[in-house]
Amino acid sequence: MSLRILTENIDIPELTSFEVYRKLGGYRSVEKSLKTMSPSGVMEEVKKSTLRGRGGAGFPTGMKWSFLARGIGKPHYLICNADESEPGTFKDRYLMERNPHLLIDGMITSAFALEANTAYIYVRGELFRVLRILEKAIGEAYANGFLGKNILGSGYSLDIFCHPGAGAYICGEETALIESVEGKRGNPRIKPPFPAIAGLWDCPTVVNNVETLASVPWIINNGGEEYAKIGVWKSTGTKLMSACGHISKPGVYEVKMGLPVEEFIYSEEYCGGIRKGNKLKAVIAGGSSVPILPADLILKTAAGEPRLITYESLSEGGFETGTMLGSGGFIVMDNTTCIVKNLWNFTRFYRHESCGQCSPCREGTGWMEKVLYGIENGEGKMPDIDLLEDVAKNIEGHTICPLGDAAAWPVRSAIRHFRSEFEEHVKLKKCPF
Amino acid sequence: METDQHKQIPFNDETLAMVNRIIGRYPEGRQKSALIPLLHIAQAEAGGWLSPETMDYVASLLKIKPIEVYEVATFYTMFNLKPVGNCTIEVCRTGPCWLNGAEEIVSHLEKKLHIRVGETTSDGKFTLKTVECLAACGNAPVIQVGTAYHENMTTESVDLLLDEWREETSPSYQNPYK
Repeated sequence: MSLRILTENIDIPELTSFEVYRKLGGYRSVEKSLKTMSPSGVMEEVKKSTLRGRGGAGFPTGMKWSFLARGIGKPHYLICNADESEPGTFKDRYLMERNPHLLIDGMITSAFALEANTAYIYVRGELFRVLRILEKAIGEAYANGFLGKNILGSGYSLDIFCHPGAGAYICGEETALIESVEGKRGNPRIKPPFPAIAGLWDCPTVVNNVETLASVPWIINNGGEEYAKIGVWKSTGTKLMSACGHISKPGVYEVKMGLPVEEFIYSEEYCGGIRKGNKLKAVIAGGSSVPILPADLILKTAAGEPRLITYESLSEGGFETGTMLGSGGFIVMDNTTCIVKNLWNFTRFYRHESCGQCSPCREGTGWMEKVLYGIENGEGKMPDIDLLEDVAKNIEGHTICPLGDAAAWPVRSAIRHFRSEFEEHVKLKKCPF
Repeated sequence: METDQHKQIPFNDETLAMVNRIIGRYPEGRQKSALIPLLHIAQAEAGGWLSPETMDYVASLLKIKPIEVYEVATFYTMFNLKPVGNCTIEVCRTGPCWLNGAEEIVSHLEKKLHIRVGETTSDGKFTLKTVECLAACGNAPVIQVGTAYHENMTTESVDLLLDEWREETSPSYQNPYK
């Protein structure tokens, strides 16, 4: 049986109610932190846990919290990033639909550490169902004295509100998200200043992913050091992996950091192997933005070591032979998949979602989509492959936010590992699949 | 068009109370933050789309300039800026759904409804849209209608749903706060 930190009891349908969640030991971390700990004490535990941001960037959470500008006479805000939009990722939706109180539990504890009296959950617009579940759960938390004024007689007060988005991938980027909460277009801000100094309404703000905040109650209940014992090196705890594509058992799996990728793909406990007895061709391991890897490189590093589900192991070899853990959106492709067509599809996504502020991203994503469409449909020429790579290079690192990189990396990695497939399209003047 | 009978602009007292509750979630003077929630409500109350009049009305509720509403409404893809059918079918077209047959679902719907993506049937019953990743990749391909997700779609299951939707008289866009 694998360790369950985030998905314990998740198959109990009534878990969405306050009563059941509480009966199963929920909100203990709120009691413990508000009654027996100081805000800095809570932050220290999170630092000790070495929990890293689960939204994709993997930045240490405790360190992010420590950057918050305190004592400058402005209110602090905590925002939960529930704008889950990275293609291949559906873990936060799963968690919020089935265990909304775990998120609220973690948010109260985290907001206390940040000395914030107001927190928002930025819920992806399409997720109306989740919005309703969260609104109901928040209402229950208020009714039971876990939100509102003077929580559990501790003197600490907190309001949590939901704020829906309206269909914009870019709002998953934290400064675009903040703009969106302010009622504006989701155009990312130039950093610095970072949100920890000047975020929501120019006030010190921390933005954390759903899964990150949902990990906090276990850390407070069991101690940061206990959490740090789980996993491998700087990848501690468990990770929610959302697996999809050509596998027998798509779904959300909680894995201990350090699980071999091969076991994750082929074991009956997880993905159950490739569907219809087909062969594994490639994997995008951390959401559509991370580099694609061919079967041999996702199972083993270039040095022949087994690839593990950790931040370090997946990025072993850099972008030449490695990738990133990202959001844990694990997209598996079998040997019937056309890499070029798949890449065209994702590039169309990035073109659609570019906010348009920076020319390299706005124009570049469009060019890449056009060139890819041409190659896929038999109109490509050999120099187009180099042109594609050239455009991608000129986007990468030249934009305000990482959407540009996220659009460029899939293109560069697909050409790096599957160049012959692009050339075949050009030679045959059609898609070979 | 059928959608007109559902038009609830200006809002009734119940909806206005809801609007004020939402505005109260933000600090004083920051009422503009309520813009996206209000546009969702307005779109549902106005039959699934935002006309310039509806947007001006939202601007007046928030005491902001109409242009501030237009620039937001045109940025976010969930807001429809022209009339839609009673039932708006949104098919996910991104990677994992595409790997599992979203393309066939889209062309099947185009054939069945005799419209292309982005169009509305002449009887005002259906609008067909494609959308980007709906965060349901494990049950691809996915279709969203209003607040409901329909997962693991096949052309057969789409046909069954089409029959249901044809009978449905209330519009697919519902006020998310009700």
